[in-house]
Amino acid sequence: MAKILIQNVSVSYNGFQALKSVDLEVLANEILGIIGPANSGKSSLLRAINRLSEIDYAQVTGTILLDGENIDTLDRNTLRKRIGLIFATPVVLPGSIYKNISYGPKLHRRFGKKELDELVEHALRAGNLWDEVHDRLKDSASTLSGGQQQRLCIARSIAMDPEVIMMDEPCSGLDPISTAKIEATMLELKTKYTFILVTNNTKQAARVADRTAFFLSGELIEIDRTSRLFTSPKDPRTNDYISGRFG
Amino acid sequence: MKDKIAEKLFLFIAFSAILSLLLITFFIFQQGIPLITKIGLGNFFSTTWSPTKGQFGILSMIIGSLMVTTGALVVGVPFGLACAIFLAEFSSKAVQNTLKPILELLAGIPSVVYGFIGIVILVPFIRQNFGGPGFSVLAASIILGIMILPTIVSISYDSLLSVPNTYREGSYAVGATKWQTVTMLLLPAARSGIVAGIILGMGRAIGETMAVIMIAGNALKIPGSILDSVRTLTSTIALELGYAAGDHRAALFACGAFLFFIIIILNIIAIRVTGRK
Repeated sequence: MAKILIQNVSVSYNGFQALKSVDLEVLANEILGIIGPANSGKSSLLRAINRLSEIDYAQVTGTILLDGENIDTLDRNTLRKRIGLIFATPVVLPGSIYKNISYGPKLHRRFGKKELDELVEHALRAGNLWDEVHDRLKDSASTLSGGQQQRLCIARSIAMDPEVIMMDEPCSGLDPISTAKIEATMLELKTKYTFILVTNNTKQAARVADRTAFFLSGELIEIDRTSRLFTSPKDPRTNDYISGRFG
Repeated sequence: MKDKIAEKLFLFIAFSAILSLLLITFFIFQQGIPLITKIGLGNFFSTTWSPTKGQFGILSMIIGSLMVTTGALVVGVPFGLACAIFLAEFSSKAVQNTLKPILELLAGIPSVVYGFIGIVILVPFIRQNFGGPGFSVLAASIILGIMILPTIVSISYDSLLSVPNTYREGSYAVGATKWQTVTMLLLPAARSGIVAGIILGMGRAIGETMAVIMIAGNALKIPGSILDSVRTLTSTIALELGYAAGDHRAALFACGAFLFFIIIILNIIAIRVTGRK
């Protein structure tokens, strides 16, 4: 069954149409890769899904269903708790590593000290960061390296116990080793969560995504199993993009 | 050649500003300090101010200044902070661009006008509704609280705006409401700027003279309640300098030196707090 069902969704900003009537299905416990050049509407789609588009004053039309429920009828904050978003540049909040993880959960209910400690440890372990930071949880999160900060953001998302984790070019500023760590984290976690991975790096989609969708100028050109999309794309534009002829 | 002359000229102008500050500092301390050493710190910080008998105790005025300043902060900080939060986080650009200049206009109103409004409206209101003479700590606190609003609002507003937008997005992305984002994330992140704004507002409240003279009642005693009349350090200087001579005059300068000292400390704290970003 579809975890997220996107039907005829368009997004525009002040008349500029960033996404043009897209239909897309995200299956439970898959990693859906979304590739495409800049300005192809990938980020707009993600921001429409967790309704972060509202703070951009974007006009969104069409319907998005999460487990069959229209996201517009869901409480905005509950929706964002269920669907996490990781940004391209790691958004580290001011304060310690510990505070960064505990910030989200504490918004939604009260926690005992011990319960919170366990949650932080669980999230950091899941984000593959625990071993590197367990002895300095009180240090400021801004002292972490770029790759560590991005894994901290993933851990923060996991601490919310979401159903879907969306990543918007999560490795764009990272070195190959950090990137490998994040990809390993995704593969480990996909039994529990559903991932939508927007990436500029087609090879990354080829490595980790189960299915891959190709976007161009706000349109969904093609979606298929990753192995098939990369070996025998149906649309010539997809072929041009993945073979590096543009983009 | 022309450049050289211009450079020297501007250097001279810049230094003359600093020079006048140094001269004022020197003058106040040179006039005031000898008296303190002559009568001793014990006398200077006692409660008896009786210039004709050689008693120059400023304690009751220090307490007066403290009470009025604290009162001003109690009034000004919640309103100022709420106003800054509303402007920075909850209002549209158009509202911001209308309200902020209006608020800054508050800073341009002469203090005698504030005092006048205090006498005409606030003092009778307090006298009729709460009792006492009306000229009181309460009246001075409210007026001063309004006077320090622009300082607190504009500095807090600027520091809220300087919090990167990514923090807001990150916070919304984990399901925070706008209010949670403000209280749990933005206020802590902007704390240093907000504290600096409050301290500068405090400096303004301590130094304010005219409005306070007009509405505080100026009775020379330690007030027992906020409805009692009160006299501050600045009021004393302004009220008595006209006829003071000899040691009395020197004592007023000593008051000035003490105020100067307090203001410098407050400014140093404000600079330290903002520098620690």
